[in-house]
Amino acid sequence: MVKKKTFEAALKGLEEIVRLMESGDLCLEDAVKSYESGMKQSKYCLDLLDKTEKKISIIAKDNDGSVKIVPFKDE
Amino acid sequence: MTEKKPGHIYTVSKLTKEIKFLLEESYPFIWVTGEISNYAVPASGHSYFTLKDQQAVISAVMFKNQKRNLKFNPETGMKIIGMARLSLYEPRGSYQLIFEHLEPEGAGSIQIAFEQLKTKLADKGFFNKDCKKSIPFLPSVISVISSGTGAAVKDIINVAQRRFPNCCLEIFPVKVQGAGSDNEICEAIKLVNQRLKSDLIILARGGGSLEDLSAFNSETVAKAIFKSFVPIITGVGHETDFTIADFVADLRASTPSAAAELALPGKNSLLQRITSLQESLNRSLKKKIGALNQTIGNLIARLKSPEIIVYDFRFKLEEYELRLMNMINHYVHYNKEKARWLTEILYTRNPVKKIIEHRQYVKILSESLTLHFQKNFQEKKTIYLELQSKLQAFNPEAVLKRGYSISRFVLDKNIIINSSDVKINDQIEVVLSKGRLITRVEKING
Repeated sequence: MVKKKTFEAALKGLEEIVRLMESGDLCLEDAVKSYESGMKQSKYCLDLLDKTEKKISIIAKDNDGSVKIVPFKDE
Repeated sequence: MTEKKPGHIYTVSKLTKEIKFLLEESYPFIWVTGEISNYAVPASGHSYFTLKDQQAVISAVMFKNQKRNLKFNPETGMKIIGMARLSLYEPRGSYQLIFEHLEPEGAGSIQIAFEQLKTKLADKGFFNKDCKKSIPFLPSVISVISSGTGAAVKDIINVAQRRFPNCCLEIFPVKVQGAGSDNEICEAIKLVNQRLKSDLIILARGGGSLEDLSAFNSETVAKAIFKSFVPIITGVGHETDFTIADFVADLRASTPSAAAELALPGKNSLLQRITSLQESLNRSLKKKIGALNQTIGNLIARLKSPEIIVYDFRFKLEEYELRLMNMINHYVHYNKEKARWLTEILYTRNPVKKIIEHRQYVKILSESLTLHFQKNFQEKKTIYLELQSKLQAFNPEAVLKRGYSISRFVLDKNIIINSSDVKINDQIEVVLSKGRLITRVEKING
């Protein structure tokens, strides 16, 4: 699966931004920019955590070789 | 080795030594298979037995140290396969096998095959750390290749749900033991790679005997795992079971549940982490803004109002004014003093005084002049009178009056003093006191 940005990269980015802001070396403009970007990253991370649909399916091949997907039934 | 000459006589020790050398050199480490008989463990803890087959018997020993690694208890009648070296015990003249390793015969072949395959695949680089793909931090879809009905799948689903409640799993049911199971596993791995839906595979199976796990020790499955582009975590058997698949896999978990643990991060801890990072962001920005406010406040406090600046200038101006006034007063005073002083000096040198002095002097001089002049005049007058009287005395008229006369040439009026200057017939004028006579010389008396 190819994605624009992996969850891990976004999380790393977020942590880096927080570290940068906590160092206190930023000017106000950069701090606000970092804050906005950090909030964007954290929203992205949270979205990614929630976006995944709960889905468990069984994938098997038929006798003729075609792939068959059936929902998993947890008894 | 001693040369075997005809007639050479060995001692027993010598011969035994040579036999020992030959045996031990020729069979340093060998694999032997046979049936155990007369198995005995004396107080020493070493195991003594004979190994036999239909035709032959050989005595054998396994020392206590080596026995520690055994996974089974040998006993009489058991068929075994083992690795040993051949040794000769000189005092008794008997040779025996000293076993380093023993296995029941059936399992032994599988074990050997396992070791051989492991070596082969290791040589091919299947286990190289460099070839391991990294496991995604948060897989979007996980493919589970396992028995569709076994406990392994249920464990994986349970753990996955617990760690990440809305995770997405694809289950690929396969035979995990028995004939054809290795092919089914390979097919499933290939299918996952073809579908490109998931970014992680969990290959799992519950515990079982070495034979049960044979598919996971097969070369075909090893190759399929190695070729897979999708990273694979294995969770096969129990804690202590190691399969070839485990060695090839990108990550090995000890059990199916552990595989699910490794595959998924805990969602709650992730949420907590993100939330705390958000809080940090908020806090940092607030802190930043607070600090900037403080700074601005300080700066404003330090900023002078124009009023104060004007006051400052006013004070300064007044001070300068005062200094200027003082300076002028001082200057005027000084000059007044100087003028007074100069006036005094001037006064002492008043020209009127000089005039009086000069006038006095002139007066003195004029008086002196008058005095001198009169004196001089009197003297001169006296001298004149004297001279006048003297002159009176010399006046020719007076002489003439007394009857004297003056003779002079008519022509040049020169007075004749000497008669030799006159010639006869010269006309001569004779001046008398009254009147004059013109005469002619008639005779000269010289």
